[in-house]
Amino acid sequence: MLIDQAKCVACGNCIPVCPVGAIYIDPAAGRARVNQDECVECHACYRGMSKEHLWPPMVRAVRRVAKAFRFRFDPEPDICPTDALTPQELAWPRIVRRAFSDPLVPHESTGIHGRGTAEVKTNDVTGRVKEGEAGFVIEFGRPGVGARFRDIQKMTTALAALGVEFERQNPVTSLMSDAARGAIREDVLDEKVLSAIVEVKVGLEQVPRILRAVEEVARQVDTVVAVGVSTRCAGDGSERLTAVLAAEGVPAYRGKTNLGLGRMAAVGGGR
Amino acid sequence: MTNTLHRWSEHYAPGRRAEAPPVTDDFIVFAMAARGLNDEGDAEKYRTFARLAFAHNPVNVGDGSRGGMYRPSPALTPGAHWRRDDRPDPEVLLRGIEGHTVLAAVFRTREDMEGFVRDLKAADLGISINISAPMDAAAACCRAAGLTRHSVEYSLGFQGRLDRLPDRAVLEISTMCGHGMVSGNLVKKLIDWVKEGRRTPAQATGYLARFCTCGVFNPTRAEALFEKARTSGA
Repeated sequence: MLIDQAKCVACGNCIPVCPVGAIYIDPAAGRARVNQDECVECHACYRGMSKEHLWPPMVRAVRRVAKAFRFRFDPEPDICPTDALTPQELAWPRIVRRAFSDPLVPHESTGIHGRGTAEVKTNDVTGRVKEGEAGFVIEFGRPGVGARFRDIQKMTTALAALGVEFERQNPVTSLMSDAARGAIREDVLDEKVLSAIVEVKVGLEQVPRILRAVEEVARQVDTVVAVGVSTRCAGDGSERLTAVLAAEGVPAYRGKTNLGLGRMAAVGGGR
Repeated sequence: MTNTLHRWSEHYAPGRRAEAPPVTDDFIVFAMAARGLNDEGDAEKYRTFARLAFAHNPVNVGDGSRGGMYRPSPALTPGAHWRRDDRPDPEVLLRGIEGHTVLAAVFRTREDMEGFVRDLKAADLGISINISAPMDAAAACCRAAGLTRHSVEYSLGFQGRLDRLPDRAVLEISTMCGHGMVSGNLVKKLIDWVKEGRRTPAQATGYLARFCTCGVFNPTRAEALFEKARTSGA
């Protein structure tokens, strides 16, 4: 994201709007700027702020007069008065930032918006996670911290060493140069994204081992890690995962429940 | 789109305090077709989902590829600083639905969610329907609707650099947009503004709801949390 320096009036409204704090006022220029290394190209500022299209010299003049008299502005905090936020053309590898950060951009690898993962949300149709299996979703960077792929690779290599199966229909997997080792393409390792999800599937008996590995790697990364785990229920709606988690001292109060109302088109039946 | 899995609250946080009250005003139902397996003609199914949702008092409804009920304005006049019409228009949402997306509806009460799920069962859309809520509430909803759950996914909370997370009052509001479009810094600013009497909880909530692009932000809960923050010293 860029800020048009000819339009910006340094009102500062966009500064707290940025989920990763990448926008600041440059005191020398008297304009807002974007720290390009920190910006994750999520477009929250550009798309989320409402816009006026005021004439910048007029707005600056009004602000100067008010400032001279120590009047406090109290404008609406989600408006860019001069429409100064300007998306930029993104090339590889920076384009990866937007793919993983802007929820309105579908991931090329899966065609899914948001974080690009289906997990067990369509398990009644895909049958991706079966009874006796656990699907882990290990998410980096949320909420509002962001993550670099170099940190994410620490987790993928640790998990690969345990012999896990990475979900193929997953945006992080699609960036791997060697899935057997959990290695991610070298040219994206320093790219920062708002969040990215690693998905692996293991047998229920492996759950404690994966939990410990995730906990260990989470201590080594410079971001937050949010963990989710799923399973397929038995015909009566019961499942064994909760007991496994309870034995590990892991609470599982909140989550998602797939109601089993989906079915394959025309041929029927994911159950 | 794991955008609703990790909605933070004191009650459901690991190591929760015994006195932290459970969340009783935040229930999400969403619909998602499987790419290439049952997504043909899904736009009309999503429209049906949204129409059925509107009959059960949703506090938000969102199209994951177009936006929620609350959206920013591309061309305001300066008068907006004094008077701003930000009432949601369900028709805009319905007209915008086209092709592959995810539709979500947020409810304030479990009864509203249960009524909606019963309608969805009767409508038999054939696409996947999920509840994102406390697991006991989801299980009760399934029983009430005569459904047997197919799969479950549990949030196990946050690990790693927890020192980089904002405080609990901010976290409880900002994680209601799991995609991270509701900035923690903006929530903090608005909590301060509410405390200073510069904005009401409802106004503060309105600003934030417009940033959530898939409409899973719960304005009713956010307003209550702003009110709580105003008086609790958070």
